[in-house]
Amino acid sequence: MRVTVIDYKAGNLTSVLKALRHLGAEPAVTDGDLALVESAERIVLPGVGHFAATERLDATGLTTAVRAAIARGVPFLGICVGMQWLYAGSSEAPNQPGLAYFAEHCARFPGGAEKVPHVGWNSLEVRSGSRLLYSVEPGEFVYFTHSYKAPVTAATAATTRYIEPFAAAVERANVMGVQFHPEKSGATGLKILSNFLSWKGQGTA
Amino acid sequence: MITKRIIACLDVHGGRVVKGVQFVDLIDAGDPATQAARHAREGADEIVLLDITATHEGRQTLLDTVRRTARELFVPFTVGGGIRSADDAAQAFEAGADKVSVNSAALADPTLIDAIGRNFGSQAVVVAIDARRDASAADPVREAQVFVQGGRKLAGRRVVEWAREAEMRGAGEILLTSMDSDGMRTGFDCELTSAVSESVNIPVIASGGAGTVGHFVDVFGRGKADAALAASIFHFGVSSARSLKEELAKAGVSVRLPC
Repeated sequence: MRVTVIDYKAGNLTSVLKALRHLGAEPAVTDGDLALVESAERIVLPGVGHFAATERLDATGLTTAVRAAIARGVPFLGICVGMQWLYAGSSEAPNQPGLAYFAEHCARFPGGAEKVPHVGWNSLEVRSGSRLLYSVEPGEFVYFTHSYKAPVTAATAATTRYIEPFAAAVERANVMGVQFHPEKSGATGLKILSNFLSWKGQGTA
Repeated sequence: MITKRIIACLDVHGGRVVKGVQFVDLIDAGDPATQAARHAREGADEIVLLDITATHEGRQTLLDTVRRTARELFVPFTVGGGIRSADDAAQAFEAGADKVSVNSAALADPTLIDAIGRNFGSQAVVVAIDARRDASAADPVREAQVFVQGGRKLAGRRVVEWAREAEMRGAGEILLTSMDSDGMRTGFDCELTSAVSESVNIPVIASGGAGTVGHFVDVFGRGKADAALAASIFHFGVSSARSLKEELAKAGVSVRLPC
């Protein structure tokens, strides 16, 4: 399967590529070659670090290309900052718009007794009907490392609680996102990536 | 609920896992890739590989070890030892590390923390601190000293103050090793761990002294650690992360189970 992984120079792609290859996919990396987005059977947007780095997606034309691919029905998975990019924006970089596929904004965890960032293994409460999280049992753990998060809405596919409940996964039509790192979440994470790769792809934006 | 992490640590020397007491008298404890895979399979939440040789000639050996270890590892993987520049860090990431741990090089040039954080994100930078209580100080814990060169030389920094600076510069986690307890199996330094953990807003990984399940219960409770590193408790078939976590769960500590 032709999986296009988008590199916007925000951190390291090695782990994501390794996990995709382990599952039998053939990832191709692009940092600006739009043809790889146009020919993609799946698109993965990883991401660690700062929301401001997504500015590069606009500058290289990748935002427009991804928007078109999503409209054609190509399954899309955003990971961590890659999930947050699907929203209208983030308070981490207020002047940098996201894709606005989901209308809400991402915000920092409120300060207080608990540490921010949220780092470590936390459990998922999966909502019924999620294709991405198919066969993930209640309470299965995944690995998080982030300070900003998306709110819980109708499109939320799974919630996790840290300080307050937030969207651990989001899913609508062919667009999916996970706040955690499936490539670092052991057997549970590989199962989720495998669901994404094997999803037949009905429904479009 | 967020869980307390049990991190398996492999000290590596010349491409082999070794274990010593207070950084001397090294014993061979196996192949890093095999050991890392076994720990992940047996429930470790994370793997740390520390190259204790960290010589210039050893770098290629280390990167080969990292590449081989990372290949089939799908839990967070940290590499430390000999990371002296942002370029060293980039090579470790390219070889498959998710995080790098920096220690003496960051003390020599603290901007190394900023540089790695800027390029790879704070979540990828662990600042390792080798600490000893300062018996001559008014408050031996809060004024604990940072050591370098495997605990042989004073760095001239206080532990709490250095941890705060590391956080401010963009460290994502602190790996705090008590040199007084390391390898002794007499328990973590809970007072020191909690002093650091309460001074920063990033996770603190406690290290040094694990010998019993009770020691882990203590460091997660009294010590306010977010994670704990264990090396000797896992080696030679003494225990597994899973059995350790099952015991921790019985003691009321939130851990990732089943795993």
